[in-house]
Amino acid sequence: MNTLRLIVPVALGIAVIVAWEFLVRHFGVPKFVLPAPSLIAADFVQEFPKLMAATWTTLRIVALAFALALVSGVAGAVLFSQSRIAELAFYPYAVILQVTPVVAIAPLIVLWVGYDHVERALLILAWIVAFFPILSGTTLGLKSADFNLIDLFRLYGASRWQILWRLRLPTALPYLLNAMKISGGLSLIGVIVAEFAAGTGSDTGLGWTIIESGNRLHIATMFAALAILSVLGIAIFFLLTGLEWLLLHRWHESAVTRER
Amino acid sequence: MDHKRPILQLSHIGKTFEGGLKAIADLSLGIGEGEFVSLLGPSGCGKSTVLRMVAGLLQPTAGIVEWPGGRPELGFVFQEPTLMPWADALANVRLPLQLEHVRRDEADARAAQALARVGLAGFERAYPRALSGGMKMRVSIARAVAANPKLLLMDEPFAALDELTRQALNDDLLKLWAEDGLTVIFVTHSVFESTYLSSRIVVLTPRPGAIGADIAMPPPHGRDRGYRLSPEFADNARKVSDALRAAMERRP
Ligand SMILES: Nc1ncnc2c1ncn2[C@@H]1O[C@H](COP(=O)(O)OP(=O)(O)OP(=O)(O)O)[C@@H](O)[C@H]1O
Ligand SMILES: [Mg+2]
Repeated sequence: MNTLRLIVPVALGIAVIVAWEFLVRHFGVPKFVLPAPSLIAADFVQEFPKLMAATWTTLRIVALAFALALVSGVAGAVLFSQSRIAELAFYPYAVILQVTPVVAIAPLIVLWVGYDHVERALLILAWIVAFFPILSGTTLGLKSADFNLIDLFRLYGASRWQILWRLRLPTALPYLLNAMKISGGLSLIGVIVAEFAAGTGSDTGLGWTIIESGNRLHIATMFAALAILSVLGIAIFFLLTGLEWLLLHRWHESAVTRER
Repeated sequence: MDHKRPILQLSHIGKTFEGGLKAIADLSLGIGEGEFVSLLGPSGCGKSTVLRMVAGLLQPTAGIVEWPGGRPELGFVFQEPTLMPWADALANVRLPLQLEHVRRDEADARAAQALARVGLAGFERAYPRALSGGMKMRVSIARAVAANPKLLLMDEPFAALDELTRQALNDDLLKLWAEDGLTVIFVTHSVFESTYLSSRIVVLTPRPGAIGADIAMPPPHGRDRGYRLSPEFADNARKVSDALRAAMERRP
């Protein structure tokens, strides 16, 4: 079953690539419209240093934005769980920040941080995108603690801090991990969209590489950058899914594999 | 019948919830050390409300809760096992001790001992997910007795279990009661369970909850299957059943 799950999609992927190669050659499709896979591979090798540098630039900002979103999202959720006033005051603004398209805020952010620090603008824009799922997921999780367990803690004179640390945070963990999976992908999307809107400054990231190659009709490079982006997205997802399994498999229902 | 020192005194307790629902009205009840008291009544008559007021989880809107000998260490068992799913059996039982800042190694030892007392030695590392309903309830009881309470409050703890498991747990509970010299307040709506377990049965009338009958039972030492099948048990159960019926008919 498991090997089948691997073989079938891989076989389909290979078949599509072979058909693509064949059709492009057979119909003589120009390479600035749709380059053949072999050409993309050759370009990937040729442009390897440039692509890797761009990957590193993008990935660095993605990782930073995600870490920032994680820390600030959890901190915000903890604050909300402790202070109803804070939640009433800040939550609507978090929602407004979330529903405003990043592309629309990008010029403003770039203006504010200055054109010398475009990287910071990217970081802020990606953070805006990645922050909200963590905040709302963790907030929900912190509120989902079993009422009877809360009573039990109170019966034994537990402090707010003990209830937070020993009860609310563990309850929120599955919610947080799920939010991280969404937010991890969003940080990547956020950085790319921000690059489209703001450029990358001195270092070129993958998003800007795509725009640039498009302008110069280097479609093969564009495809190579796209392929790298997909791989990054998949890697982020699997990494976070692995983390989720690691932390939950012993106790959480979602991670149960029932013996039959 | 017995002249035990009073441990708890409820005087003219009333509870009106926000929204105006009068759950309990003018309820007075004294409980002596070492008693096994069942609170018996139909669903919705305020049994849980009384228990939560005794535990201090809910404030009465009238009357006072007094502890003549000082507030003792309490244990609480809910209808559901109410375990932390992320913690194994040992960590669940250890919780009250940790909240009271008992040293970790001592807490571990006491928690392991409590698990052994409810027949779960060897299951220290098992997560709730891997335990049956009866075993989870045993963990819950172990957690309640781990901190050496003097007064054990139980809110229909065995209502969700099958009859055999329930009887086994009834016997285990009586053993703990006798060994530890516990005082127990046991909420149930089962005539038979309360007859089997109690030294005293307090019947509550519904809406608003007040005391309908206060029946003394023979002390529940050394009860076993034989008692369940004895004519004496049948007589006692009938007495309780009649009192419950009378209490329900007295509703306004
Ligand atoms: N927090 C609350 N707010 C408002 N009403 C409540 C609240 N808790 C309980 N009640 C009401 O008080 C009454 C008594 O409830 P309680 O849970 O004490 O009954 P019970 O005897 O334990 O019932 P059961 O056997 O079904 O558990 C019910 O009518 C219930 O709806
Ligand atoms: Mg109840």
